[in-house]
Formats: sequence, structure tokens, C-alpha cells
Amino acid sequence: MTTFSSRPQEPSGGGPAPAAGGGTTASPQETTALREALDAALDAALAARLSTELRQAADPAVLRRLFPAAGRRYGRGPLPGAPDGWRVEDAVRTLLLRQAPPAGTAEAAVLLYREGDAAERRGVLRALPHLPVGDAALELVRDALRANDPRLVEAAVGPYAARHLDQHAWRQAVLKCLFVEVPLRAVAGLAERRDAELAALADGLAAERRAAGRAVPADLALITPA
Amino acid sequence: MRIFDPHIHMTSRTTADYRAMRAAGVTAVVEPAFWLGQPRTSPESFADYFDGLLGWEPFRASQYGISHHCTIALNPKEANDPRCVPVLDLLPRYLVKDRVVAVGEIGFDSATPEEEHAFAVQLGLAVEHELPAMVHTPHRDKAGGTDRSIAVIRESGIDPGMVVLDHLNEVTVRRAADAGCWMGFSIYPDTKMDPDRMVRILKEYGTERMLVNSAADWGHSDPLLTRATGEAMLAAGFDADDVDRVLWRNPVEFYGQSGRLELPDAEPTGTAEPAPPPGSFAGNSLLRGGG
Repeated sequence: MTTFSSRPQEPSGGGPAPAAGGGTTASPQETTALREALDAALDAALAARLSTELRQAADPAVLRRLFPAAGRRYGRGPLPGAPDGWRVEDAVRTLLLRQAPPAGTAEAAVLLYREGDAAERRGVLRALPHLPVGDAALELVRDALRANDPRLVEAAVGPYAARHLDQHAWRQAVLKCLFVEVPLRAVAGLAERRDAELAALADGLAAERRAAGRAVPADLALITPA
Repeated sequence: MRIFDPHIHMTSRTTADYRAMRAAGVTAVVEPAFWLGQPRTSPESFADYFDGLLGWEPFRASQYGISHHCTIALNPKEANDPRCVPVLDLLPRYLVKDRVVAVGEIGFDSATPEEEHAFAVQLGLAVEHELPAMVHTPHRDKAGGTDRSIAVIRESGIDPGMVVLDHLNEVTVRRAADAGCWMGFSIYPDTKMDPDRMVRILKEYGTERMLVNSAADWGHSDPLLTRATGEAMLAAGFDADDVDRVLWRNPVEFYGQSGRLELPDAEPTGTAEPAPPPGSFAGNSLLRGGG
């Protein structure tokens, strides 16, 4: 099975750069690995059903009906072999979205996010690196980062945000993780993108917490390694 | 005492209520979509409300160890406002969501033709989506409104076992029992029902198809009156199993008909036909053990 990288794919030269055209953030191997992880996790009947439904999902009306039901149909538990935090339903929703025609994928992702409950929104956010949407879905990441639901914040700070979010918004996203107690290991590209300003913001948070007699999040060490 | 409050408007309640409810034994709730006190003026504000019932509110509940579900509908009062009626076109996309366990609250408020239209259309949606229906019985002319509700329910063809007639009292309970519907009672500090009156009804009618809720909202109400009713039942000679049936197994059975209850500790597994885990009911995932 292909292994997953928790780091964003970056163009040679390193550092975040705008996506070319409607490119994906994840490599094709990472997307293939999701399907392999699902096939390993689902029993034969469900795996067969998934194949059928993926074919049907090329029809946007069917996609809209299948997307909300992914959790109760295929499961909500953690998906072995997938990156940290991924659930069975997340991978199913990624594959469902991959069935949309490339030119209509961004529009489909925005619609399903806007009409989605929290689990569906998390599914769209998880799917973004695997979709040929360039930076056209960035507004969804910004929306999720305004939420106070840690499930959404965690899904928003993955490889897609690492690739596309500007540095100011990205720093704010990292700080938000500390506030809503999303572990910083969920932040893709942290080691590559952290900078002196993020370290200063983290120091400020630590000073406020100490002044208030409150605990300083242990994850701060990941921003400013000793 | 494990408690499932089958009708409570948590959007209007504080986190202190969640904490107190959990301490009192409440581990599952259903929040029906209803009127917010201030009339809405467009379908968009319903969409934001429904999104909250499916997003923020379940998260808030989960922080206190409470599993939150909802019912979705255009409520009877706002069914009279032509600006709100297009909400009916939004409902199908909400009725396919996880944790939507019924269509409701529907029914009559002022017994208008507009209310009857929305009621009938939404009973049809319940049948189409294989969901139970939660029917609010009106405050004014409750007996007449209950009879009329039962007529609309019969006309729709929905199985009466998929319907709860809510906010019943001594005057209307017999009609609901005879119609084969589930019987919902809202226990309030001053109005509707109180724990001792509820116990008298349970003595007379038994515990089958009985649902007891706090219907707590933004008015004078108390989310702990489910617990108080359980204690009043014990004081009146009911045993712990009777209390468990009324306050837990009955709501699990009624809303379980949706197939979408998600009670803690039993995530669905990746199998097409899973063997029912201990404590499961009809394909729903249920809390293991007692609470």
C-alpha cells in the first residue's frame, strides 16, 4: 500500500506556491491509497456497493444524494492506513467528489460544503487536496477556520491549506488550533511554514496563559522548538 | 436513571443546562425544529437554523456527553407566512442527513388551510423519506386540533406507529391512544403537564407508546423535569424498569424507526449487514450499558 505523506507536495524550490491551473495538492498515489485503504476496511458487499455508487456519482443529482449518506452507509470509524484523523466516511466522500467532471469539481465541492452538515463539511475539507480545484475552494477553508467546531478546524488545516493559504491566515489558523485544542500534528506543513512571527504569536499566547495561571499548551513546542 | 429527552430545544438553552442534564442522567436528546419566538422572514434564515441543528448544536451537546439529534420541518405557526412557505422546497435536502430522526414539528396552530397544506405535504415527505413524524398539538382548541390532526394523519397514509402526537394532556390522550399513534407529553413547571399528572396518566394508560419530554425552550420551562417525572413514577410505585422504558427505551424505539439514531460508544462498522452489537436497535447505534 502506498504510504501517505503528511506534508504538502511542493514545487521544487520549497515553500508554498500557487497551484498550477486546476491542479491537485495530493499526489495520484495518495488518492489511490485512499481507495486501497477503503477496500481493505470494507467487507466485500460494501466494497462492491462503493464501486457501483462511485459510478453513479458521476451524475451530480446522485452525488448530492449519496454524499450526505456516506457515514451511515459505509461507517464513521477511523480508516486504518489513511492519514491521522481520517474516517471511513471521509475517504468515501473524497472518492465521491472525484467523480465530478474536473471542470465542475470546485463548484460541486462548494455546493456540497454549503449544504452539508458538520460531517459532510469535514468530508469536503479532507477531500480538497485530492481534487483538481487549484485554489478555487480556498473560501471553504476560510469558512471552516471561522468555525469553533474543532472537527472543522482540524480538517481545514491539512495539505490544501498548507499549499494555498496566505501566511497571515495560515498563522491565525495555527493559533486557532491551539485555542480550540486541535493537536498541531494536524497542521500540514507546520515545520516548513512556521516562522518568527508565528513563534512570537505563540510566545504571546504562552505569556497570557502564564499570567492567568493557566496551563500552556504543550503543542507550543512544535512552533518554537527548543 | 438513563434519560433520553425526545423533545427539547437546546438552541435556546445554556451550557449550564447541558451540564445539569448530563448530571441528571440525560445522555440523548432530540431537538425538533420549531418557532424561534421572533418570526422569520425568509427561507434562508430557516436554512441557517437547520444547519445549526445539524452542526453546532450536536457539537455543543457532545462536549457534555449528550448525543444530539433533530427533527426538521416548517412549523405550523410559520406555515401561515407566505414568505416562509418556500422552506418546504428546502426540506428534502435536509431529510437525508444523519441525525435527522423525524419530520417535525408539524401540525396545527390556528387551524388554518395553510397549516393543513404544510402538514399534509410534510407527512408525505416523512413517508417518502421513511422517517417518523412529530406532530405538535395546538394550545388553543387542543381537543379539536387533535381530532383534526388525526384526520390529516389518516388521510396521508402514514403508519400511525410512525407518528407521535405531542403536548397531549388528560383530555386528548385517549384520542391519540385510539389512533395508534405514539403519545408525547411535555412536562412544564406551570402549564401543559406536571410530573404528578403524568404519573396518573401512566397509571391509567400504561407505559406503551408513551414519551415524556421537557420541551424546554426559551419560555418558562425546565430541562430536568424528565428526571423529576422518573422520580415521581418511582414514588408512585412504578419500578426502575418502567421508568427505563418510558424515559429511555420508548424514545429509542420511536426514533429508532428512522435508522439514524447515533448513541455514544457504538460507531457503525464497515460491514454491509453488521451483526447487531449488544444494545443495538434496528440498525441504529446505541449506548452500551446503562447510564
